[in-house]
Amino acid sequence: MNAHLKMDKPDDRNRLDDMAQGLLGTAMDRPEGPLKVTGTATYAHEAHQPGMLHGVLVRATIARGTLDGVEAAAVEKMPGVRKVMWGDKFLRNPAQGTANKAPVQGSSEIYYIGQPVALVVADSFEAARHGAQSLELRMTAGTAVPDAKADGVAVERPEKKQSSMGDLKAAMQDAAFTVDQRYTTPGHNSAPMEPHSAIAWWDGDQLTLHASNQMLKYNVNEVADSLGIDPENVHLLAPYVGGGFGSKLGISPDAVAAALAAKELGVPVSVMLTRQQVFENVMRRSETAQDFQLAADKDGVLRGIGHTARVSQLPDESFAEPVTQATPFLYKGENRETHMEIVRVNQTCAGSVRAPGEAVGLTALEIAMDELAVATGIDPVELRKRNIPDRSPGEDKPFSSHKLAEALDDGAAIFGWADRKKGATDGEWLIGYGMSSAARVNMIGESHARVTLNPDGTLLIETDMTDIGTGTYAILTQIAGEMLGVPQDRIETRLGDSKLPKSAGSGGSWGASSAGSSVYMACEKLRQTIAAKLNCDEGDLTLKDGTATFANKQTPLTDLVGDAPMVVEGAIEPGKTQKDFRQATFGSFFCEVGVNSVTGEVRLRRMHGSFAAGRILNAKTARSQCLGGMTFGIGMALTEELIQDTRDGHLVNHDLAEYHIPVNADVPQLSVNFIAERDPYANPMQAKGIGELGICGAGAAIINAIYDATGVRVRDLPATMDKILPGLPDV
Amino acid sequence: MKPFDYIRADSTTHATRAAGQGANFIAGGTNLLDLMKLEVMAPHKLVDINRLDLHQITEVDGGLRIGALVSNSDLAADMTVRKQYPVLSEALLAGASGQLRNKATTGGNLLQRTRCYYFYDTAMPCNKREPGTGCQAMEGATRLHAILGTSDACIASHPSDMAVAMRLLDAVVEIESAGGAVRSVPLSEFYRLPGQTPHIETVLEPSDLIIAVTLPAPAKGAQTYRKVRDRASYAFAMVSVAARVQMDEGTITDAALAFGGIGSQPWRNPAVEKALIGQKPSPELFAKAADILLADAKPQKDNAFKVPLTRRTLIATLKELCGKDAA
Repeated sequence: MNAHLKMDKPDDRNRLDDMAQGLLGTAMDRPEGPLKVTGTATYAHEAHQPGMLHGVLVRATIARGTLDGVEAAAVEKMPGVRKVMWGDKFLRNPAQGTANKAPVQGSSEIYYIGQPVALVVADSFEAARHGAQSLELRMTAGTAVPDAKADGVAVERPEKKQSSMGDLKAAMQDAAFTVDQRYTTPGHNSAPMEPHSAIAWWDGDQLTLHASNQMLKYNVNEVADSLGIDPENVHLLAPYVGGGFGSKLGISPDAVAAALAAKELGVPVSVMLTRQQVFENVMRRSETAQDFQLAADKDGVLRGIGHTARVSQLPDESFAEPVTQATPFLYKGENRETHMEIVRVNQTCAGSVRAPGEAVGLTALEIAMDELAVATGIDPVELRKRNIPDRSPGEDKPFSSHKLAEALDDGAAIFGWADRKKGATDGEWLIGYGMSSAARVNMIGESHARVTLNPDGTLLIETDMTDIGTGTYAILTQIAGEMLGVPQDRIETRLGDSKLPKSAGSGGSWGASSAGSSVYMACEKLRQTIAAKLNCDEGDLTLKDGTATFANKQTPLTDLVGDAPMVVEGAIEPGKTQKDFRQATFGSFFCEVGVNSVTGEVRLRRMHGSFAAGRILNAKTARSQCLGGMTFGIGMALTEELIQDTRDGHLVNHDLAEYHIPVNADVPQLSVNFIAERDPYANPMQAKGIGELGICGAGAAIINAIYDATGVRVRDLPATMDKILPGLPDV
Repeated sequence: MKPFDYIRADSTTHATRAAGQGANFIAGGTNLLDLMKLEVMAPHKLVDINRLDLHQITEVDGGLRIGALVSNSDLAADMTVRKQYPVLSEALLAGASGQLRNKATTGGNLLQRTRCYYFYDTAMPCNKREPGTGCQAMEGATRLHAILGTSDACIASHPSDMAVAMRLLDAVVEIESAGGAVRSVPLSEFYRLPGQTPHIETVLEPSDLIIAVTLPAPAKGAQTYRKVRDRASYAFAMVSVAARVQMDEGTITDAALAFGGIGSQPWRNPAVEKALIGQKPSPELFAKAADILLADAKPQKDNAFKVPLTRRTLIATLKELCGKDAA
């Protein structure tokens, strides 16, 4: 049986609200939690195979040029070393999210320092690493563009990424208040806890890869295309993924190198990136330079918005950090200029990192809005509320559902925004308060799942969807349990196997909505089948704790299934509701910071976020996602920065000691509240993505609070002490 | 990691005899193992000294003798240290993380290597790692780097917090050489300026083993350790100040100041202290002290902020220790 829905019209039946199990939306523990906390969940590098060898990638050490050869013989003589490999199939960089094909390949052309150009395979990881560190590369240096900010660097302005509406120049001239400023953000690394790794083995022409990936449906094709083999011959397994944050959307160089080596040597081969290689080989978020122009009337209502963003990327990569993504729909303004500029550089490939687009674009916009609030003297919450549009002004589309005003009011009330004290101090610390809006586009991707109701009343859910720490195992279990009235302990959810029905995968905050809807569709069909057996309408059927109730008559599910399992494949795909409506999640951030008046050190003291993301599927994992997003926001505002040496483009701080993600001491008490919302245009669950909303704009609240505390407006992130010191009073 | 021989020493004599050119002692290994994995350091032999009887803290002549293998955690928690040398406890707890402090030792901490990005990347020239190859940090990314005591061959900073407090406390390093001779070297003479030989960081000879660090009887006055850093924990100091000031009737009768994050070694300048002693605290006096300290500062583009940052941090620290009389 199949159940397929193309989301062409809203589903406002809110069917999940009618269910009886009481499992969905609760803070149910993750079913796989015990495996993870006892260290028995097998992550990519942990599925060791008999006779397995270890490979370590070798980095190019020039920014541009050619690899003319490698001194393989010397290394192959080293103890434990089996083979040195390089060649046309090595990935220059990871595949972009949903690329579905191989990225640029080949060892012979070098495009950046850190490009993985060769592999040393040995009996042990240690021997392989020593071999990799010893391998001499014969390289000829070419001319590199190492610095995106250098004078005279060539700038591309793709036609599709430019848009104009009305007359912004006139609006700026006529405005009662304007903001006209440049904001810059540095590069970021996803920095997942689990490094990218893959174990490959072949059975004839069948390749199995145990890897760390977010989107198996696409990843299978990327692997096959990279190796020049049929996708049917690729079996990908990624049952547990130790964090993705965008960096595992597409396949990374380790997977292809492992497959090539396993083929060549005829045994399983494991390739794991070192921490330094994760920084150098895997996607960076591009640095951005963003020019904002805001034109407001005397009441603070925007009449125009200009947003021009410059980002950088390797040659021959089409991805450009979508900095301006939220600008067309967040605030009013009939006069608009939105432009993207791309600079080609010889640096680590740029790609999706933690909410590409809004994370940096909205952060800059929300700092600009704070500047407008200061200029107009209007409370920043009120200013934002005055600028909430009825329709998406830059796209001329209606909103599917819009809860920004509610989120602003809710956040302000919970935080106590009205009670904040101007000019408060705590010893040496200057106290300040700041806020910002949150917004993130919402979408689904085509997704399939199989749900089996067994004769013993247990449920099996199967899809190639991944759980990258986000809680997929939990929410799919909850959706099916809720729809079919089956308790958690009778449900098994299998994920991360490319042989299972193909899902949208994890990424872009679409995983829960997409995979969840496919499970929902399958369950709805199962409910109809059960109802038919009881001769009732599906709507009149109550399913709870393994029992079907209709007209005061209770029947155990086990009596209804029969001898053969009932199996349904459910599917969802995006349709008109995605194209014709602006779907988005909204929220607000409020925070209190302390700025040390002597040193300029900034420490966050408390932070609150209120979010509207449709139906919340699991109260605990959704909250955790938001806490994580807000923590990313702390990092973006205060510490995180990829430092490139402008002379050769090489990444200087390529480890977690010097790339400063927030540590526990940087993260004070954070609170999260969800706004009740059902978005019928999103999907039949009325749920929207929650994975990335928590970072989108979060950093701006902190930057705005620093201004409130000190009068120092930081427009060049992160707000490290050196940028604040010059504006502090003498000691 | 290059293959290496491993020897577990059962006595200090055994340890020093087993050591020598190209060998390294290993205690906590919190820095050495990272450097070996990256092949920044590639000793052919490791002499494990963890079984040696160097774990005691004992009171000696009114002072304290700290065994070289006392962990940073144990030293920070020692009641005598907390009461008599609080600056040392504060400095230790400001460094690294709980897990690292459990492993890191007193002797090892004195010998930790710089965090210069270029020192850690074997594809980059570095006079400290490979003498004569040049300094790529110069004109490069230098946020972490020193502004005092540098040379045209090396601008690396010393990263330790503990050693800054030890420097303030006039610690003395007890060293046993091959053959069993023990000598004492004041910490003020232990480190060497980089000059043209930044790879030689201390006066230790290849077989020399630090067996203890001794602290003289506690000096009078209020002590504090202030560390300024980019994040609230697990970050190296942009600047740190270890300070001790004794006041008597509104006059500074004794003062000691040591600095981290800004020097090629834990930094102390007697002229700064001399300028303070015998004076009444005032903003002008503190400014003068900062002027003396920073007179020879040679910042790079990225770390130029350390000059005003050090100045402000020093002045605030002196204000705090001199009390409300400081005006």
